[in-house]
Amino acid sequence: MELIFNPWPWYIAGPIISFVMLFLILFGKTFGMSSNLRTICSIAGAGKYSDFFKFDWKLQIWNLVVILGAIIGGYIAHNFMTLDQSIELNTKTIENLKSLGIVDAGSSFMPDQLFGVQVLSSWQGWLFLVLGGMLIGFGTRYAGGCTSGHAISGLSNLQLPSLIAVIGFFVGGLAMTHFLLPAILSNWFLI
Amino acid sequence: MKFLKFLVLGIVFGIIMTKAEIISWFRIYEMFRFESFHMYGVIGSTVILGLLYVQIIKRFDVKTFSGDQIEFTPKTHGVLRYLIGGIIFGLGWSVTGACPGPMFVLLGNGIWTIFLVIIGSVIGTFLYGILRHRLPH
Repeated sequence: MELIFNPWPWYIAGPIISFVMLFLILFGKTFGMSSNLRTICSIAGAGKYSDFFKFDWKLQIWNLVVILGAIIGGYIAHNFMTLDQSIELNTKTIENLKSLGIVDAGSSFMPDQLFGVQVLSSWQGWLFLVLGGMLIGFGTRYAGGCTSGHAISGLSNLQLPSLIAVIGFFVGGLAMTHFLLPAILSNWFLI
Repeated sequence: MKFLKFLVLGIVFGIIMTKAEIISWFRIYEMFRFESFHMYGVIGSTVILGLLYVQIIKRFDVKTFSGDQIEFTPKTHGVLRYLIGGIIFGLGWSVTGACPGPMFVLLGNGIWTIFLVIIGSVIGTFLYGILRHRLPH
């Protein structure tokens, strides 16, 4: 039982994720999560504003069912398969975050200062979350895929465009983690 | 219940994302600081096994469960859209610690504020849809 309740190592996670991808392929589909955002736009009537959203979204229902399952899976794992929510981070990471004012590094999955419900009482909190999401949505559609579509499906099929996209993911991620986020955290967000 | 299999795959995905802490903001932050092998192990082993499956499917002409040909649609050529779009996504991924799959898993984990990230990502997708003709691809 301990094996279930403890965090699962990468060499369990990677093979299982690759199985999810394999089964989607064998069901005649592809592994790509960000397409769902486009489908949601289409269902909400965005086709009136752009042809990009004019497609038969009913053909994409299977993928919406995958994310519905992902929500349920998250609920099950959180409530029935995990006793201790803390994360064993590298102590260097913890020290670095402390110096930026994130004092609860590793005590749960998300920093409370950024994701606790109290952030909804400040405009900075709303801006942080909505703007962060907008970067994800705009960027994935511009690049034509996210971590699942490019880094996993695309690289597995040796697609050069996916390699370029993954390099982009890292350029953006490194710039944010090393320069922008420290500036945001120390100057503005946690005042 | 033709969708049941997709629901099951989604549940497996949600469980593994949670149990391997892939949905954790801290894990993404640690990854971009190169202070842990964990995330690289997850993505790397997934891709290596994925490569193997794709090669086997192509080499032995494996069919889908319903007997259809498996098509791997090649990505359209280009550099700018992948690079610029990738950078923008990378900024969003690292600041929120979430990708378009994990954000839904986080919702299941009871991180309610991630709902605003999901709303934002739908708005971002919509903005791309109406602006895309003016963007370099």
